[in-house]
Amino acid sequence: MFKSTVPLLSSKVLRFLLGVSCCGLFSSAAPLRAAEGDQVIIGLVTKTEVNPFFVKMRQAAEAEAQKQGAKLIARAGKFDGDNEGQVAAIESLVSAGAKGILITPNNSTGILSAIKKARDKGILVIALDTATDPADAVDATFATDNFEAGLKQGHYARKALGDKPAKLAMLDGTPGGTVDTLRHNGFLKGFGIAEGDPVIVGKVITHGAQDEGQTGMENLLSAHPDINVVYTINEPAAEGAYAAIKAAGKANDIVLTSIDGGKLGVQYVQAGKIQATVMQFPKLMAAKGVDAVVEYAKTGKKPSGFVNTGSELISDKPLPDLPAKDTKWGLENCWG
Amino acid sequence: MSTDHPQRPLGQVVLEGRKLTKRYGHVTAIDQTDFELRAGEVLAVVGDNGAGKSTLIKILCGAVIPDSGEMLLDGHPVRFHNPLEARRLGIETVFQDLAVAPALDIATNLFLGRELRVKGFLGKWFRFLDKARMRREAQAEMQALKFHLPAIDSAVENLSGGQRQGVAVARAAIFARRLVIMDEPTAALGVRESGQVLNLIRTIRDRGLPVILISHNMPHVFEVADRIHIQRLGRRAALTTPQRHTMAEVVAIMTGAAQAEGNGRE
Amino acid sequence: MPAESVPAQRFQRGFLLQAAQLKVVGPLLVLLLFCAFFALTTRTFLRPGNMSLVAQQSVIVGTLAIGQTLVILTAGIDLANGAIAVLATIVAGRLVNEGNNAFACLLFAVFLGVLIGFCIGVLVSRLSLPPFIVTLGFLGIVTAATRLVAQGGAFPVNDDLLSWTGNAFNLGGATITYGMVIMFGLYVLVWYLLTQTAWGRHVYALGNNREAARLVGIPVRARLLSVYTFAALLYGIAAWLALGRIPNADPNALQNGNLDSITAVVIGGTSLFGGRGSIWGTLIGTLIVSVLRNGLTLSGIDPLWQDLVTGVLVICAVAVDQLSRQRSR
Repeated sequence: MFKSTVPLLSSKVLRFLLGVSCCGLFSSAAPLRAAEGDQVIIGLVTKTEVNPFFVKMRQAAEAEAQKQGAKLIARAGKFDGDNEGQVAAIESLVSAGAKGILITPNNSTGILSAIKKARDKGILVIALDTATDPADAVDATFATDNFEAGLKQGHYARKALGDKPAKLAMLDGTPGGTVDTLRHNGFLKGFGIAEGDPVIVGKVITHGAQDEGQTGMENLLSAHPDINVVYTINEPAAEGAYAAIKAAGKANDIVLTSIDGGKLGVQYVQAGKIQATVMQFPKLMAAKGVDAVVEYAKTGKKPSGFVNTGSELISDKPLPDLPAKDTKWGLENCWG
Repeated sequence: MSTDHPQRPLGQVVLEGRKLTKRYGHVTAIDQTDFELRAGEVLAVVGDNGAGKSTLIKILCGAVIPDSGEMLLDGHPVRFHNPLEARRLGIETVFQDLAVAPALDIATNLFLGRELRVKGFLGKWFRFLDKARMRREAQAEMQALKFHLPAIDSAVENLSGGQRQGVAVARAAIFARRLVIMDEPTAALGVRESGQVLNLIRTIRDRGLPVILISHNMPHVFEVADRIHIQRLGRRAALTTPQRHTMAEVVAIMTGAAQAEGNGRE
Repeated sequence: MPAESVPAQRFQRGFLLQAAQLKVVGPLLVLLLFCAFFALTTRTFLRPGNMSLVAQQSVIVGTLAIGQTLVILTAGIDLANGAIAVLATIVAGRLVNEGNNAFACLLFAVFLGVLIGFCIGVLVSRLSLPPFIVTLGFLGIVTAATRLVAQGGAFPVNDDLLSWTGNAFNLGGATITYGMVIMFGLYVLVWYLLTQTAWGRHVYALGNNREAARLVGIPVRARLLSVYTFAALLYGIAAWLALGRIPNADPNALQNGNLDSITAVVIGGTSLFGGRGSIWGTLIGTLIVSVLRNGLTLSGIDPLWQDLVTGVLVICAVAVDQLSRQRSR
């Protein structure tokens, strides 16, 4: 008996059939599992896992998801600007059965096709912190208006300088980054100048990193010792810049401004290292995002458009006509 | 260093192997081979590929451990577990690929692995190299060997093939106390440089160090060897001299086309 | 054949100096060229304050590059050096902030780095695994460990001992930090080890002809292990120097420390194939990169040129190395 069945079992046809039925079993099991738990799966894809800004965003999303009884799967790119990693993350989340995906895109155009594929499957996609380009490639965007934040930073810097002729140094982030560009341009507008204005004595690229901020500021100060106002893309870069400024003995002569509003950043303002920073509310972005997905899962209602989660100027040296909060408020509401 | 070799009476056996056997799986590389090297001689080891020549040499220099048989060095039984043990007993080998570091200079290569340190506190605690002394001794050795080399500070890679061979030979000559083994020293050399290397071999012998010379090159063997060990099919087919047999006859014994009379012992 | 007259001792010594410096002359010329260019196109480049700045900016990568030089001389490569240094800063910083004795924290952090180097060395020397792969793997492991210990972000390290290397004194108008002195001292120490001890010669031999080294009796495995372990000690010291430059432990720091140190080593004339190179070349290579970055910022030239020029220099260095080796065949 066995003699006749063994050749049959070893035939390619039978093996193929065996394989197909296994696949069928597995694929039918997946929705079975999801239906059993009935737990809404929410995906979160941040830019990187090292920037504390995104770490706090993830933690806030996890907390909100737990509150809502949903399950959060968090992924991130490997480095600032890593588009490939985020595309792969979206694809995995789609296979995992996510109902909604929250994403802070590293690349506002590179991520579009992955987002489209997800939306075509009926998944809600919301951009956090950074908009896509075009912005309507996602269902909705919950973010800081980074241009407006830069504007506030620029206004403050200009006013803090008073009547002095400005010598401005700009410590930018990553070339081509959407957030970087918006903040940079917003600052210029708030400061009252245009790109290429001679008031700007120097620019460096810091990738938002502290050591590059330090080296960049050192070199700029060496070239232009009369710099009296500095724009920084975020607080780590500002921390590096401050070290350079302090080493050059110019801590009292330079107005240093930044954006982000993490706990460390507010502490820098408190310590007088930075004159003012503009706070963002990433936890709010994350929580709102989670809530929106849960709502979508329940009622099918989708959010839309740009929801500004706001920005707030934080300074202990407020200036007239510029609404600001002090560092005490800052520490209570910061995301760090 | 170059002159303190035990001056043994000519004819005394320095290195002897009795019934050495080595198998690799089903293949018997050498089968009950005998070996004998006498003081004051150049012994050439010849044999076709697969005769067991290289295995025999590896056993003699300690790179391979025989399955059975025994070896005697100056009459005392010895066992080498690795090449370093053989070296410590005064056996130096000049490998076919020379084993020199091309980017480093001659003196450095001569003393590689056996560097001289400055005497006293600096040498012991700070491991300070005595480069001047190494250069001097390297220079002296070259002169003693009557081997012409450019500045002792040249990198070995800037030397010609024959000069590099000379460096490897000089290294063996400096440190050998009992005998020197040379594996195909003239293989990659032209006529003139081969001549220089053969001179080196004679000089080393004349200084009191017997030489085991492995070579495929019959004319060179006949030029410099005092006795010839012919290896065939894992055994010593004959032990003869250039006077007793001609080149053609030696080749014939090597390939099996002819037999040596008796066991051809001299 | 009678020996020809041997060149006099004096001539030999000159020849030796020539041979040794040949490798360093090229990079030195490049450095001087850049310095001349920036001195002419800016007014502030040559000021002692700015020169001091360039030196300070070279301290961390310069120290990482010492260890990298040793590893590359043995025909290996170390992709994990930056990560090891960063881990050390995070560990030291965290422990000190929790109130432990600063000296003990520093020692422990450096020891941790040495332990990692030891593990890498064991895998490379005992299991003969390719250094590229082993250090690539450890890069991932150490980076993950760093994030775990740092728990999110950078944090300030408030300790005098840990940031001591940032203290400075004045020398003729220029600021000299203790970190700079330590780095230079390490270069001298490693120069000594490489050129005046048998260990150093063995390191060169390992890279130049590994098989020859084995045949002449050099304990290859022990030497390789010692190289990777000692290099990791240097990475630990680099961590201390980093904390001196800015008293903030940042898990994001030195992400390109590995490539930057390799660049410095290669531009400095050390061959990636091992066995050739001078430690002073590495110092010059480090300075070339710093001078480039500083000078470009001072003269307002787009910083993108820095990457371009560095890339061209690296290729030129490798090409010169290859050509000189072919010539001497």
